[in-house]
Amino acid sequence: MTKHIKAILWKQGKDTFKNKEILVQFVMFPILTVIMENAMEIKGMPEHFFANLFAVMYLGMAPLVSMAAILAEEKEKNTLRVLLMSDVKAIEYFLGAGIYLFAICMLGAGVIGFAGGYRGRELAFVLAAMAVGILISILAGAVIGTYSRTQMMATSLMVPVMLVLASLPMLAMFNERIAKVAKYFYTGRMSLLLNSMGNGQEIAEGLWIAGANMLAAVVLFVVVYRRKGLE
Amino acid sequence: MKTILKVRGVKQCFGKKTVLENVNLEVGEGEILGLLDPSGAGKTTLIKIITGQLAPTEGTVEICGTSGEYKPNRGVVSAEESGKPAVSGREHFCQKIGIMMDNFGLYERLSCYDNLKFYAKLQGIPMKKIEETLKKVGLFQAKKTSAANLSKGMRSRLLLARALLSEPKLLFLDEPTNGLDPATAAEIHKLIREEQEKGTTIFLTTHNMAEAEKLCNHVALLHEGRIVEYGNPGEICRRYHHQKRLLLHLAGGEEVVLPHDKSCAEKLLFYLEEGKLETIHSTEPNLENVFMELTGRRLEE
Ligand SMILES: Nc1ncnc2c1ncn2[C@@H]1O[C@H](COP(=O)(O)OP(=O)(O)O)[C@@H](O)[C@H]1O
Ligand SMILES: [Mg+2]
Repeated sequence: MTKHIKAILWKQGKDTFKNKEILVQFVMFPILTVIMENAMEIKGMPEHFFANLFAVMYLGMAPLVSMAAILAEEKEKNTLRVLLMSDVKAIEYFLGAGIYLFAICMLGAGVIGFAGGYRGRELAFVLAAMAVGILISILAGAVIGTYSRTQMMATSLMVPVMLVLASLPMLAMFNERIAKVAKYFYTGRMSLLLNSMGNGQEIAEGLWIAGANMLAAVVLFVVVYRRKGLE
Repeated sequence: MKTILKVRGVKQCFGKKTVLENVNLEVGEGEILGLLDPSGAGKTTLIKIITGQLAPTEGTVEICGTSGEYKPNRGVVSAEESGKPAVSGREHFCQKIGIMMDNFGLYERLSCYDNLKFYAKLQGIPMKKIEETLKKVGLFQAKKTSAANLSKGMRSRLLLARALLSEPKLLFLDEPTNGLDPATAAEIHKLIREEQEKGTTIFLTTHNMAEAEKLCNHVALLHEGRIVEYGNPGEICRRYHHQKRLLLHLAGGEEVVLPHDKSCAEKLLFYLEEGKLETIHSTEPNLENVFMELTGRRLEE
């Protein structure tokens, strides 16, 4: 790891705990899961119901919003320029911020999985599935952040994307048509996987969808980055 | 004196608007060059071009260090091309220059100390330099204050501290005292002079004539994107000293203007003997008068 990436990780660590908008993203769903899984006992409700619901919302929102917000703020406040003038490469910046967000989000994922009553192999499966989703979301956030010049612009772009991604799985439960579309999105597919705990066939399909989603995010990212750069 | 920075034929257009036109400059090692532009039309743009943040429409910039040449928009010139010892890459160049400008942001939620610490980590600067630099700019007491809570003057100090952290050979200061109270401005001036005494070359911009006159070895007057005058401030003023006169203040508030030659000796002596003379002034112009003359003439053309 380069000294630049290490420095960016250090800065993010310092900054997150002072940045309430970002911090709330990381803690809200894990805390909600702990509360709901302990407080609600409804007869006939599927096992891990709240954990699965919040897990998908969490991975559709927290990494995406944070990555986009961090990038847009660095641009708006002209701190990114200082980094680039200090010879930080764009890839180092994305890796630094991305690794940091991934680590934090996985911590939250652990809390959600554990509070949801998952243990052992099941817990490992949930965490692996969430890890993939978090990665895709970070990429999507990077696309929005790279595209936006200001925080306002990033917010107006990320809200609809985030709403769609996070609410698709829930809406899919109530509507057949939405369900058909939802399964082609990584969040929708993740929800199906978590609820069925996946047999071999479903996992393979899930990996396909995740791969396709990831590829789409990477392509989008490359296109946007080529056009906008980091200025 | 060794030339450290060369700007040749720089032109900058934004759309149809030409902001800089045929700008040529050389900055010698260890001097303070002031780019003086009271009308505010291109100072920041020129600094951006020189530091490689903006590619000029035309022209070239060269920064010559101890270890080779750097052309901001072309990267480091190879050893063969420049005929000088090999250079160790862009990173090397970055550590050799310090930049203080408004569009170089701070992390608002981080403290003064942490802002500098992040920069030190990025550049591999020893941590002990941080407190040293904070003390130097007078921010040591405020080291735990977050950047968002700094006053304008403190913010300028922090920006300056960050520019000084890597002990750069070449320092760019974009209107370092703009909007500061006179006391803070004077402290910043003192810091700038201290840096120069250490051998740092300084390129600063200002719209303040008096500041340029006090601080700079050379000034370049920029008007409508062109350099209309260049030189030592004192020399420039003397060059524009067309009508040599003496201005006398006499007791009782009377003012007398005398020609600055033999013919006035008698009168001068008279006032002195009478004890009426309070002060004598020469009437050479200051930079402001020179600028008015230059731009006034230009407008008449
Ligand atoms: N990126 C840009 N696009 C268009 N016009 C610009 C841009 N940057 C600066 N300008 C114009 O160039 C002129 C000079 O700007 P600037 O160099 O910031 O002046 P100064 O720093 O001397 O006050 C201004 O009229 C400004 O509007
Ligand atoms: Mg300016």
